[in-house]
Amino acid sequence: MNFLEIMRFAVRGLTANKLRSALTTLGITIGVAAVILLVAVGNGASASITASIQGLGTNVLNVSPARGGGQGAVTRPLTAQDAHALVDPVGAPDVKAASPVVTTTATATYGQTTYDISSVTGTEPAYFGTTNREIADGSLFTTEDVTAARKVVVLGPTAAQSIFGNTEAVGKNVLLNSIQFTVVGVLEAKGATGLQNADDVAIAPLTAVQNSLTGYGNLNQIAVQATTADSVSLAQAEVTAILNARHGIRAGGTADYQIQNSEQLLATRTATTDTFTVLLGAVAAISLLVGGIGVTNIMLVTVTERIREIGIRKAIGAPRSAILGQFLAEATMLSLFGGLLGVLIGVVGSQFTIAGIAPVIVPSSIVLAFAVSALIGLFFGSYPANRAASLRPIDALRHE
Amino acid sequence: MKPVIEVTGLTKTYGSGDTAVHALRGVDLLVMPGEYVAIMGASGSGKSTLLNMLGCLDVPTSGEYALDGFPVSELNERQLSLLRNRKIGFIFQSFNLVPRTSALSNVELPLVYSGLRRAARRTRSLAALEMVGLSDRAKHLPNELSGGQQQRVAVARALVTGPAMLLADEPTGNLDRASTTDVLGVFDRLNALGRTVVMITHEDEVAAHAHRVIRVDDGLIVADDRRWVGVA
Repeated sequence: MNFLEIMRFAVRGLTANKLRSALTTLGITIGVAAVILLVAVGNGASASITASIQGLGTNVLNVSPARGGGQGAVTRPLTAQDAHALVDPVGAPDVKAASPVVTTTATATYGQTTYDISSVTGTEPAYFGTTNREIADGSLFTTEDVTAARKVVVLGPTAAQSIFGNTEAVGKNVLLNSIQFTVVGVLEAKGATGLQNADDVAIAPLTAVQNSLTGYGNLNQIAVQATTADSVSLAQAEVTAILNARHGIRAGGTADYQIQNSEQLLATRTATTDTFTVLLGAVAAISLLVGGIGVTNIMLVTVTERIREIGIRKAIGAPRSAILGQFLAEATMLSLFGGLLGVLIGVVGSQFTIAGIAPVIVPSSIVLAFAVSALIGLFFGSYPANRAASLRPIDALRHE
Repeated sequence: MKPVIEVTGLTKTYGSGDTAVHALRGVDLLVMPGEYVAIMGASGSGKSTLLNMLGCLDVPTSGEYALDGFPVSELNERQLSLLRNRKIGFIFQSFNLVPRTSALSNVELPLVYSGLRRAARRTRSLAALEMVGLSDRAKHLPNELSGGQQQRVAVARALVTGPAMLLADEPTGNLDRASTTDVLGVFDRLNALGRTVVMITHEDEVAAHAHRVIRVDDGLIVADDRRWVGVA
């Protein structure tokens, strides 16, 4: 009784009841495909966030007002002066640039067209360098524009397309919340950065935005660029020292601002998406388990149905191992075939964008899901197979 | 010459205590190679139990059984299945072919379990089908064959391994007269070639083919009538 014969018997047993075998296989297929696909979606979400944060530059520090603000202590707003004080070759040699940033939203009107821009940013020209933005058409605004509070604006490609269609945007006048701005440039596309579309923006001089849209309050953030990626922690220490001095915060006191570098940002975001991935994986694993129980169930039915056949086989001299092998092989084939199909569906399925996320396959999830499906066959098949193999021939033959 | 079957003091009890049923109550039996034995008895007499013991399908409560010289009670599960495979050809009243499997594959089955190669299996199975006159039905499925044909396939399956004896449990019980003649003809031919045959029946015409008739009643052998002794 060799391996090939056992396989042949198993195939014959499975094809005898094609619909049942197919449905059982489907359970495993769905389980394996779900594991691969859902883990890929989780991984894809995490990859896109990582990419977007790295797109900001690894040498960027983000200073923002502390949430809840210093617990009763006098909190000072972050101001443009704070930002300018950070650019100090003596006190902060590792800071290359610091741009004050205010953000708001606004409705753009051009002729008959109105469009809600998701992010209107008021800042200074250094911001473009800090955030890696390139100009595609026209020009960026200048420091002079900021000083003069000129109402000029640089649009992201999505915003420009939505307002002006395919016509030239540079040189046109557009109303932002009824204030007239002149478009001086359109940015190069950067793509969606996970949570928001970096191309659906309008960037204007800080003074102009404060004048006409936000008022002179707290800054939303100060974008600080360190000289190199390696000097980020030095720059962070220098920024902390300068801001503490300016805001009158003593050593050990609670700061009224917080500094995040891109590494920290990355860590928080990936922690969130990792939880998300684990959750998705767990749901998928449960469906795989349910598929495995389906295999046990069907194998039990098969064994019961074929008790007489088992009796015949034993009466003509089938050893225990041959019966055990046959039913184990049937169960394993069901789940292996289901597993293969699941891998195929999982891999093909992850070529498509799902819920706005491009899935990124984790190779180990394929190996794992496939191995688990094979083990499921062995594990969940062993109970029914054992039951079949340990039947006494006389009892099996008498079974009706 | 050693006996094919040597049974001493065989008993089988089902259940225990007051409800115990004594199916066999001490059977002694000696069958030599080449004998053609019919076991007769009313239903419930214990003849089927006896045959199941002889076929190693069931274990006796007590007593000794040597099959072709092998002490059956001392063998383990694996050795028993080997013995069933090599020494015994079992034929059932209800044919018991494996469903959805061609006649040829059914005949090949015991050879698969004895580990014979494919080509050798095919040759021997075709020869066995030839012997029962069914070589033209090799590719048919059991449900495409008549009862008599199915039973002849079962006989081919029983003799394909060249067993020490054929055990038949009312082989003609489910067959019409013509098929009965066919199957018994095969038995007669096989016995004429020197094969030991032991069968259960309760029809006198069927028993008439045998050379020795054993009557079982209430778990004991009550008559052992040798009309003709083969090679004693």
